[in-house]
Amino acid sequence: MAKLPVQFRLNGSDRATFVDPASNLLDTLRRGLGDFGPKYGCGQGTCGVCTVLVDGEPQLACLTLAVSCEGRQIETTSGMADGPNLHPLQGAFMDHFAAQCGFCTPGMLTAARALLAKNPQPSRDEVVEAISGNICRCTGYEPIIAAILAAANAPGARRA
Amino acid sequence: MARHEGRGMASVNYPIGMNLGGDPSQALIHSNPDGKFTVALSAIDLGQGMKQVSRQIAAETLGVPVEDVYVDTADSDTGPHDMGSFASRGTHRMGNAIIVAAREARGVLLEAAAEELEVNAADLVTDGRGNIHVRGAPSRSITVKATAQAAQFKQGKTIAGRGIFLIPLSAVDAETGEMNPNTAFAHACLVADVSVDDETGEVEVLRMTSAYELGRVINPRMVEQQLVGGAWMGISHALYETPEPYYPNPEHGPRDFNEYLMPGPGDIAPYHVTVLERPAPDGPFGGKGPGEMCANPVLPAVANAVYNAVGVRVDELPITPEKILRGIKANGGVKPGPRRGGPVNWR
Ligand code: FES
Ligand code: FES
Repeated sequence: MAKLPVQFRLNGSDRATFVDPASNLLDTLRRGLGDFGPKYGCGQGTCGVCTVLVDGEPQLACLTLAVSCEGRQIETTSGMADGPNLHPLQGAFMDHFAAQCGFCTPGMLTAARALLAKNPQPSRDEVVEAISGNICRCTGYEPIIAAILAAANAPGARRA
Repeated sequence: MARHEGRGMASVNYPIGMNLGGDPSQALIHSNPDGKFTVALSAIDLGQGMKQVSRQIAAETLGVPVEDVYVDTADSDTGPHDMGSFASRGTHRMGNAIIVAAREARGVLLEAAAEELEVNAADLVTDGRGNIHVRGAPSRSITVKATAQAAQFKQGKTIAGRGIFLIPLSAVDAETGEMNPNTAFAHACLVADVSVDDETGEVEVLRMTSAYELGRVINPRMVEQQLVGGAWMGISHALYETPEPYYPNPEHGPRDFNEYLMPGPGDIAPYHVTVLERPAPDGPFGGKGPGEMCANPVLPAVANAVYNAVGVRVDELPITPEKILRGIKANGGVKPGPRRGGPVNWR
């Protein structure tokens, strides 16, 4: 099948590539553009590890058609740190030991980032709700919830 | 409908590692010309923290800063032999192997420094910050880095060490069948409080309280992380996870991870852990390991709590609503057990 061109902004840079009409955004980011921030877990929309921001909204990249992202702003964890300076959420995840194997971490960080952008002072229940589409096998969620609540109270947490 | 609360407990004596063929682990350590050390292991870190703990043990034994130790794992083609990361053996087995290797490497490091300082190696001490000096005379010193460079480029010495940990073979006594397969046991006790809905059969874990005895806690935050994460997995095994077909026929069973149940962030129970330290005589700095036992006692404690709540003894995991409702029916109704002890008061 003929490939289609697609262009979007990825973590602040213009990127263009050719994709199959049925390609999903996750595959396009990882294999097409070499952004390995979002992970491939289930490929079915149930684990949340592929979560990216599309125009600021958290979306499951495995269920998003790449061509539907034409002209949009895509943000992944690869663009979260500012040079050597970690995003406050990343720092809070480290401080709270919120990662063990780390596989769920990109999805958790992205879901949390979307939450704090909209709701800078979330309650515990709101944090739980925000990450309820993300599965973690290792941590028991508690350190992740604690990290997000701590980041919400840290200066600069809303940095996009 | 009514909800019934119940309490169950379980304790565990967890043998660290196993004794098949002595359960050996090997470690190799060498210094690089910049004075930093590489520890080569073949066991892997899946996120449980083995690399960090190995690094701390190596740095402490070598007498160098923890930042100056790099742990290289998981290439069984090129690394030294290891039985693997299982049976909660990492800290204990690899840690012991690392201590042996690090002692040998430290010996060569001090000899090389002694040659540079023209003193006796037995008179040298390390400050743990990258310097080696004569005992009682801190000004007569050389950095670990300068020593590593002198060894490499001048003296023609490799600052390296080899270590292995092997359990002595324990023969089975022909008369009694007695043997001693393990050298270190970790211990824990866990209490689970649940609430069971007698109409839906649903179990909610209300809270858990535990005490763990793990030998020396080498990295307290990582131990806590393991215990909290593992308890979640225990709940998951007790109440949710199964590859078995669902009722009424196999076609209704899970076909993929889409339909394989696990508790989400909204299903976690408040959990209070107390860690007790009783250093193990044969552990690295007394360490044993939290490993698998972080999840183990949760399963029987939840099963016992369900029995205490509604009188249904479920002996096949997971404890599903269906099994509970069938049990209640078979018993001719809810038969709560006796309640012992007051409320757990830690919040
Ligand atoms: S990979 Fe997209 S939700 Fe699992
Ligand atoms: S840290 Fe392993 S899945 Fe979350």
